[in-house]
Amino acid sequence: MAATLPVTPYQPDERVTPKTQPPERRRVAPWADALFSALAHGAAWLTLALLAGIIVSLLIGAAPAIKHFGLGFLWSTDWDPVQEKFGGLVMIYGTLMTSFIALLIAVPVSFGIAIFLTEMSPGWLKRPLGTAIELLAAVPSIVYGMWGLLVFSPILSTWVQQPLQKAFKGVPGLETFVSGAPVGIGLLSAGIILAIMIIPFIASVMRDVFEVTPPMLKESAYGLGATTWEVVSRVVLPYTKNGVIGGVMLGLGRALGETMAVTFVIGNFNQLNSLSLFEAANSITSALANEFAEAGEGLHQASLIYLGLVLFFITFVVLSLSKLLLAQLRKGEGARS
Amino acid sequence: MSTASIKFTPAQQAGRMAKHRRRKVVNVLALMLSLGAMAFGVFWLIWILVETFRLGLGGLTWSVFTEMTPPPQADVGGLANAIFGSLVMSALATLLGTPIGVMAGIYLAEYGQKTWLGHATRFINDILLSAPSIVIGLFIYAVVVARFKSFSGIAGVLALALIVIPVVIRTTENMLTLIPNALREAAYALGTPKWKVISSVTLKSARAGVITGILLAVARISGETAPLLFTALSNQFWTSDLGQPMASLPVTIFKFAMSPYENWQKLAWAGVFLITLSVLVLNIAARVFFRDKH
Repeated sequence: MAATLPVTPYQPDERVTPKTQPPERRRVAPWADALFSALAHGAAWLTLALLAGIIVSLLIGAAPAIKHFGLGFLWSTDWDPVQEKFGGLVMIYGTLMTSFIALLIAVPVSFGIAIFLTEMSPGWLKRPLGTAIELLAAVPSIVYGMWGLLVFSPILSTWVQQPLQKAFKGVPGLETFVSGAPVGIGLLSAGIILAIMIIPFIASVMRDVFEVTPPMLKESAYGLGATTWEVVSRVVLPYTKNGVIGGVMLGLGRALGETMAVTFVIGNFNQLNSLSLFEAANSITSALANEFAEAGEGLHQASLIYLGLVLFFITFVVLSLSKLLLAQLRKGEGARS
Repeated sequence: MSTASIKFTPAQQAGRMAKHRRRKVVNVLALMLSLGAMAFGVFWLIWILVETFRLGLGGLTWSVFTEMTPPPQADVGGLANAIFGSLVMSALATLLGTPIGVMAGIYLAEYGQKTWLGHATRFINDILLSAPSIVIGLFIYAVVVARFKSFSGIAGVLALALIVIPVVIRTTENMLTLIPNALREAAYALGTPKWKVISSVTLKSARAGVITGILLAVARISGETAPLLFTALSNQFWTSDLGQPMASLPVTIFKFAMSPYENWQKLAWAGVFLITLSVLVLNIAARVFFRDKH
């Protein structure tokens, strides 16, 4: 080898090694970092404490009733503040039944809306229609309640309940569901109003989860000659199954806990003598709204808080399920893409 | 090479066409139904809004804003004390709930994204976001009202603040996670302390989204009735004393709408109109504001 690299001994460069020490790092208010972090942590803990606080305070408030009635409270239909006999079955039935009716109407409609928004609607219509549906969710429940009581229930009474009663007169089985005074107030109207209220929640979750379906999957199906309906029912729906159920659960959670809209139209009458959907009834939330402020301390108040605890427990379970299912969809989406 | 062509007997061909037709019919039916569902959803929105505006505008007079809530069957009267109470309680609840919500949102996005506390808080927050608001009222009743033996405006403010917090946490976290990490890294590389990075870089870039969240929270509480029923209760008179029961628009509407008195019902419609209008304006403002910044 002729050419060797010239070897220069290492000479420290002046520009690289300064002769003076670097300036002391000046920290403006070193405590600020710690304080900020503590505040952020504190706020997160506060959220956790909030939930714990709600559960503990409900348990303490309901303790007298839990001790006195035990679990039998859940299937007793007594509600007699004078004799201090309380049972929650009427309200629990009302809450579950109205939410069930609401889901029965809201789920297919929301499904249709989601299909329309993701597969059918022309691009320029998507946004305004989506916004309109979301605005429906923003309207406060008291507006639904008042509209339901003063505008909707008279119409429901004349155009739906009375014809139904005539049609089902004498039909065994069905007749029991439509008996009673067709005044437009009761389980059926509460269920319908709830349905209108939760449609936007379910529809917007469904639309969002439909949109995560990879376009490639859909386009392959279209390429094989599938119709829009076949793509939705055999490709999109199986792919987003969990998310769709999660959305339905979210709507159910809303329906169970909805207060004002139900209180206006359910009739607030403690009865479970007939299974009629036209009969005035009561729900947990409307019992609380109507009676709690006037209830004397003692068993009456404790029983109402017991009802609140039952409601919180049910919604907690439903909402947790919804959250888990939606999270599962998101995880799958990450794995597949 | 011959192209493979399948020959169908006429019977087979007829069967294939029939199947094809059936699929088309099912498709058209399904799409008609979905169109119907969309129309169904929009129909209620329009009906409710039209009725609210028609009946609300009918009840709206100048005295609604200047007079106190009247006794039944009086000639004059308005909602001044209720409007004032609602404004005061919503404003204070927003002031109280926003910092907590923003800080918790910052924790979720910047500190504890993957920690157990982060996961737990996110989960709990999503539950609180859709938990029945009447249960929040029960909680505040037990903690505040029962302790101090009096319904009060403060209790109402606290109940509403508890509804503001989850909404603000959710949007703050979502908006902060949208900020690209390069921005944070650039700031750290300059030697900026974390609190400064968050407060003057990430939070600042996410400002529009956070403000949108706050507006949505205000819209949410301005119509909330259930948590006020047994915290702030109601009041027939003007009061600015937060230690006293305080009137609010939603609770007054509830009381008036359920009554058989015509003047009360008329005022209730006016109140419903005011609430709907402000909620819609807040929502649309939040959307427009957010879109302009992005």
